[in-house]
Amino acid sequence: MSDLLRIATRKGLFIGRRLRSGWQLEAPPDFLGQPVSNLLRDPRDGALYAALNLGHFGVKLHRSDDGGTTWAELPAPAFAKSEAKDAPSVQLIWTLVPGGAEEPGVLWAGTIPGALFRSADRGQTWQLNEALWTVPGREKWFGGGYDKPGIHSILLDPCDSRAMTVGVSCGGLWKSADGGASWSVGGRGLFAAYMPPEMAEQPEIQDPHRLAHCGARPERLWCQHHNGMFISDDAGRTFRSIEPPKPSAFGFAVAAHPEKPDTAWFVPAVKDECRVPADGHLVVLRSDDGGASFTAFDRGLPSSRSYDLIYRHAFDVDRAGRRLAMGSTTGNLWLSEDGGEAWTPLSAHLPPIAALAFD
Amino acid sequence: MGRICFTANLQRHLPAPEASFTGRTVRAALEEVFAANPRLRSYIVDEQGRLRQHVNVFINDRPVSDRVALSDALADTDELFVFQALSGG
Repeated sequence: MSDLLRIATRKGLFIGRRLRSGWQLEAPPDFLGQPVSNLLRDPRDGALYAALNLGHFGVKLHRSDDGGTTWAELPAPAFAKSEAKDAPSVQLIWTLVPGGAEEPGVLWAGTIPGALFRSADRGQTWQLNEALWTVPGREKWFGGGYDKPGIHSILLDPCDSRAMTVGVSCGGLWKSADGGASWSVGGRGLFAAYMPPEMAEQPEIQDPHRLAHCGARPERLWCQHHNGMFISDDAGRTFRSIEPPKPSAFGFAVAAHPEKPDTAWFVPAVKDECRVPADGHLVVLRSDDGGASFTAFDRGLPSSRSYDLIYRHAFDVDRAGRRLAMGSTTGNLWLSEDGGEAWTPLSAHLPPIAALAFD
Repeated sequence: MGRICFTANLQRHLPAPEASFTGRTVRAALEEVFAANPRLRSYIVDEQGRLRQHVNVFINDRPVSDRVALSDALADTDELFVFQALSGG
């Protein structure tokens, strides 16, 4: 199990470390006072990446090659210069993922507005994936929560890194079999009851909040959608709806067990603009039977009313599938050592948490 | 020769010392600074060359009027002030 947790917050990049005495939060954070929108530890070479959204001064990307002792700024993903009046500009690096094991140095970034960028040189340069940027159907995409649509989930088949799936809010789920050279829309079976009826099943307007697949069986893909929970057995080409569990089928985060395809975790909230735990009671839902049933766990979570929301990137399971972490928009951070049944707070005083990940 | 100075809030991200310029537009003046300090560019303008939304540039006591092409004319004695609107919490 991983003994190190990295936490991207509104005010810096924190580290939680498991010592003999238990988990401790190290201080001070890197990038103190700066909004860290996401982070990546590349398992192939150990490099760390921190995506910043400085607001006034734009989106930035930093890399550390010495485990976080020192950081160097890299060029952030950016669009080509254009004379068009509404030429795009990267507003947020929403997700960063490593390429396949056989392609060291390759990174993918998903941004707002909804673009996919690829680097082949550890983030020194970035190229816009034109095929997805211009794919027919994307004119139907629209912003959900942000002014522009964005790419928040990028999944690579562990056995074939050319087989890619990306999730777009709001723009559905897109698949490539050729490393991004061409794309087709997936997500048949997703539906958006809140849209005009004739549009509710259109795959290009869906709002998958987060996608997660089982590493050992990547065709099993879970989706926390704006409209509920969905599950796929063909890597996201088609989905079936999961019967809404108590207390809610709405939320942002989902984590899939790395080995057991029938196990996944969700963190429910009241839909859809309220976005707090139902009845102020924070729980984690786990299914061990492919979504047929769920158990709600709250041991160690607040016993008094709480208003914590877990963002889509602020929930992670480690490679063993036993240890989990989640961080909330109100700065609470919890860890579980037993598959999400019991939780221990690591801090109740962090800045709003955007993302976290075990090493 | 004009003079350009930058908000102290930039200094925690990268050096942005006061500089002089000879350019006759805001764009030309900024390009002189960026040529000497390339990293500074992405902090002031986006990839399309537009002034970042929450960055402001004053020419003496008036804000630039053209935030896209940065075509406001400059005189030899003008001072440029680059700063940001503080926001958030």
